[in-house]
Amino acid sequence: MDLILDGIIKAIKLLIAGDPEVLGITWLSLKVSGTATLISVGIGISIGMIVALTRFPGKKFVVSVVNTGMGLPPVVVGLFVTIFLWRNGPLGFLDVLYTPTAMILAQAVIATPIVMGISIAALQNLPAKLRLQILSLGATRMQMVWLLIREARLPLMAAVMAGFGGVISEVGASIMVGGNIKGYSRVLTTATVMETGKGEFDVAFALSIILLVLVFLVNYLFTLIQQRERPR
Amino acid sequence: MKMFKKLTGLMFLSALLGAFCISSAVAAPAVKNIILATTTSTQDSGLLDVLLPVFQKDTGYFVKTISVGSGQAMKMGEKGEADVLLVHSPDAEKKFVAEGYGINRRLVMHNDFVIVGPPSDPAKIKGEKSAKAAMRKIASSSSLFLSRGDNSGTNALEKKVWKAAGPSPAGQKWYQETGLGMGQTLSVAAEKKGYTITDRGTYLSLKKTLGLEILVEGDPLLLNIYHVIEVNPAKWPKVNAAGAKSFADFMVSKKAQNMIKTFGVEKFGSPLFFPDAGKKAEQLGM
Repeated sequence: MDLILDGIIKAIKLLIAGDPEVLGITWLSLKVSGTATLISVGIGISIGMIVALTRFPGKKFVVSVVNTGMGLPPVVVGLFVTIFLWRNGPLGFLDVLYTPTAMILAQAVIATPIVMGISIAALQNLPAKLRLQILSLGATRMQMVWLLIREARLPLMAAVMAGFGGVISEVGASIMVGGNIKGYSRVLTTATVMETGKGEFDVAFALSIILLVLVFLVNYLFTLIQQRERPR
Repeated sequence: MKMFKKLTGLMFLSALLGAFCISSAVAAPAVKNIILATTTSTQDSGLLDVLLPVFQKDTGYFVKTISVGSGQAMKMGEKGEADVLLVHSPDAEKKFVAEGYGINRRLVMHNDFVIVGPPSDPAKIKGEKSAKAAMRKIASSSSLFLSRGDNSGTNALEKKVWKAAGPSPAGQKWYQETGLGMGQTLSVAAEKKGYTITDRGTYLSLKKTLGLEILVEGDPLLLNIYHVIEVNPAKWPKVNAAGAKSFADFMVSKKAQNMIKTFGVEKFGSPLFFPDAGKKAEQLGM
């Protein structure tokens, strides 16, 4: 019990004192996972839409591959990305291993199938006749796409939240491709693992609380967008 | 089909946006990066947090510390994925250098390993002078022993002591491998009331949360020696050889050695590491 109280007190102290290291770690977490989510939303929703709205042979196979990707273990992604980014690996010339860029890359790989999978389900769930109706009212294809996205806004925002939640809480890939370097590639989750290893349980607990608060705030923002009254 | 074109455009745009975010969010990679692969104990004890800022300020290099077990650190060196190593697994290091992967192996510092366990001490090893005898007692009483099991320097030392003591404990019910770092392995030992071998530095920095006692110490077999090794640039041309040499030189410099000598004195009452630059490993005594 003491530990939990100590942790909460420590978290509040760290935040109020504005500890530059903790603030830096928190900001980097947000930046890395935010950018990764942005990339995954761009790729996930657009490909998800193509898959959902067209018919092609092998579609069920493609959808099940995407759905499998939703459960991609972060450590597996971390290992693959590390091997590719090694100096002497296929993408070694990029020289990005142990940088925040590598973490963004790995996290985007983790989040994209999550966003894509939920997007496909969301768009397939729209009434099939809706497209015809929109088109018959004289909308261009692009307008139709936009209207469909608006129509599926609730589940699509859920896709964004799931993607963000998946990467902000992820530690396996970040520690492997980022290296948990102090003041450079250390994020809230990797710092928590390290502090636990050092036996600094109160600091680890404080970092966990900061992470939870951060995730809550971001999701609250997303939810506000999601639940906004529809303009009629 | 027009929709596809537009969608591909949209995708392209979002990828561009992502790429833009990457380039703006992250400073361009400096050419002055050094990758230091090291054991967990140098990081977990906080020693590198003290040394690295000074080195970086003096030289302008940026050190990327990858803290893993000594075994993994040497594997990274073998693949040319690290520039310089700070490790504590002498037998493996000698092999590493002999096989041409590393050059300029230099002694940096030492401390010692200790055998820790629950105060109840079911195997009655407290005060035992010989590590071998202590291990035999743990084995014959089938008391729980936690091994790192991760090819780290500590794990290599532990295996060496077991080998000296007698038959291998692998596969015995009382012998469990955690596969975790030293700090976490100590926590497991504390929770399960088992014995383990740890470097003194990590033990001291965790002591307050553990409830484990030092039971055996002072055997010359338990010496813990840290060397710095530069990865051989002849084998891997992409290695930052100048940076590696600069870091290794710094570790054995008077400045760093003095910092090592006083590190931890304030917090623990005694130093965690003893500087040894210029000495030979054979000269070290307990």
